[in-house]
Amino acid sequence: MMDAIDSSLVDWSRAQFALTAMYHWLFVPLTLGLGVVMAIMETLYVRTGREFWKQTARFWMKLFGINFAMGVATGIILEFEFGTNWSNYSWFVGDIFGAPLAIEGILAFFMESTFIAVMYFGWNKVSKRAHLASTWLTIIGATISAWWILVANAWMQHPVGMEFNPDTVRNEMVDFAAVAFSPVAVVKFCHTVSSSWVLGAVFVVGVSCWYLLRGRHREFALSSIRVAAWFGLFAALITAHTGHQSGRDIAMYQPMKLAAAEGLYEGSAEQGLVLGGILRPGADWTTGSTDDHFLLKVEMPYALSYLATHDLQGYVPGIRNLLEGGYTLPDGSVALSAEEKMRRGRVAIEALAQYRAASEPEQKAAALATLRQNFPWFGYGYLKSPGELVPPVSITFYSFRIMVVLGGYFIALFAGLLLLGQRVTRWKWAQLAVVLTIPLAWLASQAGWVVAEVGRQPWSIQGLLPNVAAISKLDVGSVQTTFFIFLVLFTLLLVAELGIMGKAIAAGPETDETSA
Amino acid sequence: MNDITFLQQYWWFLVSLLGALLVFLMFVQGGQSLIWTLGRTEEQRRMLLLATGRKWELTFTTLVTFGGAFFASFPLFYSTSFGGAYWVWVAILLCFVIQAVSYEFQLRRGNVLGTTTYRVFLLLNGILGPLLIGTAVGTFFTGAEFVVNKAAVASPSMPVISYWTTPWHGLEAALVPQNLLLGLSVLLLTRVLACLYFLSCMADATLRETCRRRLRIESALFLVFFLCWLVCWLLSTGFAYTPDSGVIYMAPYKYLHNLLDMPVVAALLLIGVLMVLGGMAGGLCGKSRSFWLAGPGSVLAVLALLLCAGWNNTAYYPSVASLQSSLTIANSSSSLFTLKTMTIVSFIIPLVLAYIAWAWSALDRSPITAEETKEEH
Repeated sequence: MMDAIDSSLVDWSRAQFALTAMYHWLFVPLTLGLGVVMAIMETLYVRTGREFWKQTARFWMKLFGINFAMGVATGIILEFEFGTNWSNYSWFVGDIFGAPLAIEGILAFFMESTFIAVMYFGWNKVSKRAHLASTWLTIIGATISAWWILVANAWMQHPVGMEFNPDTVRNEMVDFAAVAFSPVAVVKFCHTVSSSWVLGAVFVVGVSCWYLLRGRHREFALSSIRVAAWFGLFAALITAHTGHQSGRDIAMYQPMKLAAAEGLYEGSAEQGLVLGGILRPGADWTTGSTDDHFLLKVEMPYALSYLATHDLQGYVPGIRNLLEGGYTLPDGSVALSAEEKMRRGRVAIEALAQYRAASEPEQKAAALATLRQNFPWFGYGYLKSPGELVPPVSITFYSFRIMVVLGGYFIALFAGLLLLGQRVTRWKWAQLAVVLTIPLAWLASQAGWVVAEVGRQPWSIQGLLPNVAAISKLDVGSVQTTFFIFLVLFTLLLVAELGIMGKAIAAGPETDETSA
Repeated sequence: MNDITFLQQYWWFLVSLLGALLVFLMFVQGGQSLIWTLGRTEEQRRMLLLATGRKWELTFTTLVTFGGAFFASFPLFYSTSFGGAYWVWVAILLCFVIQAVSYEFQLRRGNVLGTTTYRVFLLLNGILGPLLIGTAVGTFFTGAEFVVNKAAVASPSMPVISYWTTPWHGLEAALVPQNLLLGLSVLLLTRVLACLYFLSCMADATLRETCRRRLRIESALFLVFFLCWLVCWLLSTGFAYTPDSGVIYMAPYKYLHNLLDMPVVAALLLIGVLMVLGGMAGGLCGKSRSFWLAGPGSVLAVLALLLCAGWNNTAYYPSVASLQSSLTIANSSSSLFTLKTMTIVSFIIPLVLAYIAWAWSALDRSPITAEETKEEH
């Protein structure tokens, strides 16, 4: 029997969750984005009565279905992995975290799974309008599902609306509205869903440009590009705006993540934003000076201070400042050092032990008072050294830049397609560029999640529960085995999916080009 | 609404209801396990898969919601069982992963794994899904090998509050005959329900006759296994607890006493079993609506059994490694606030059931024909 948590168990459990989450996120954004596009097209069919739009909608629906199946297959693992691999987490915060998952099931999953059956099998069984409603309800169900899972995720990044109960040894929800409508959750939902719409729109314009390159389905392609480019531009602008809001949230609630994403070792007022740079490989982010960490960087003066604080002179702490403390916080208090937070965390944990062991009411009350006083740093008590608080900087730094640069590129792409209009049929190089953009949409989407999840390490719940205290007590070998089972199975299914998707695209829509 | 005991009972009822609906909807799995048994020709196999293909997502969603509801209402079960009986749950999940892609991919062009591979996936899901779930649920009555120690949170080097005491991580449940009997009963029930479902929705007379003949064998096997399990269950010593102190103790004939103490639950079980029997008899006579007798009957019977597992001061997830670690609806539930919040959300369930009923009737209005399998979906 293990007497202490094996660090490789934490690493493998994290690796498995990352693997399954990243696979799942290959399919979900396309479901959310393509779903809206196909629903718009079916709406056009119902409004105009033109068979062309019906066949256009059915074609995108076919691709939607192929992708949806993989999303379902990879999604079920994630829900249950909270229990299988993160069992302590499931108890410690299950009172809060479980509710959004259950509500997701009741409100969203049933809506999705019921109406998707009508959408696929009901063309000749229900009225046009009932079918259109089913299509919209399928995608609304998928989007509601995204709401609740993002509420849960946002809560992990910024825990609110709960109170620790020393008798049950867990955090308990005391304010549902604070959890369900936390500003962090709202921004995260808008950013994630709008970025998924961007991905769906990139997919549609990319596939359509492939038809133009091949000289096939011209009217279908141009119509699809017109719908998807407007939708994509709208979504990309929302993504940019909510991305900025998300940056403000990170600056407020997860300053270490911001410092890692910026490669900011030594913070300052009037802090510049790194537009681009190359990090020094193997640099130690817990020591040294700013110059030790970059080989090259280009900064925009004042920009990070403004983005993080809406003040050109605003102070933004770097990794060193966050570890050593001593700077003034926005509320006027002085930031604690990591060592001090860890000390207070250990006091809180010790007080919990004393509370549970105490038999006299006075002893219990004293232990409880100490626990409450030090609870904000409870999770720090499980850490062994301040260095554990620094997330992997280079992954976070580069992922952040990939996401932002590609986000800007997508805005230009959709605007360019709208400006070109039908002239895009003449420019082969533009068509090829759009086709080649398809994988970049996935790259940006994955990079966004890498920033969000790698950047918050070592925390499962920010400040409350580090990964080391969140996992299940399993043999490392068991987790390694399941990691490779999932890796092989998901890769096999991904290859199969790409083959089927490729053939379906090659076969093309059954539209009558003359009726467009 | 402010009484936590009432809300714990209410949520155990809802979780049990979801579990019962899951068993009913696993007629999809039963149908998959009979693809080659009932479908003698490719056309017949396509018709069978079209019939279950319209419903598989509903079963899948019920499983996921069952898991989510358990997590939300009894998080200590989620944490203890999933984190401990690791291999059982991973095996169940893998069964459902391979199902999720198979309906969509099996007949698509460019399918690199081949149609047969996906049908084997469906077969595996059809057999192993109900068998493993039934066996896992068997531990609700026979116990499992875990220890819970909440004080461990205050131990920074090893803060995990629950762990499994065998290296098999749940697979050892398959060595308990009573668990296996339940697993086999659930599998056979899903096959009985599948035969009845096919009788209700197939236009093809040959296929209907094949289903009717198959129903005889499946019904007989189900009755043998289920009755054996039922007798063992009624005579077994169960796990009870004292409400005031929470102390767990062994109680002879606990589940029999539960039925006697809760006559409404006993009536549900009796009515449910009679409805399943009536459905079987109707199906054997070729009546196409028998599915709608046996299906709801199976919901009532499973609901009653699961209520017996958790109500009337019964430990629903007993520990055979550490009796006092056993989980009850009182010691493993969410807080009063969370249960209240979830209860308000649960009021939407009738609306969910209503639109499911509409979609079901809209899609099953006309019987499935061979022509329909040729349409592109």
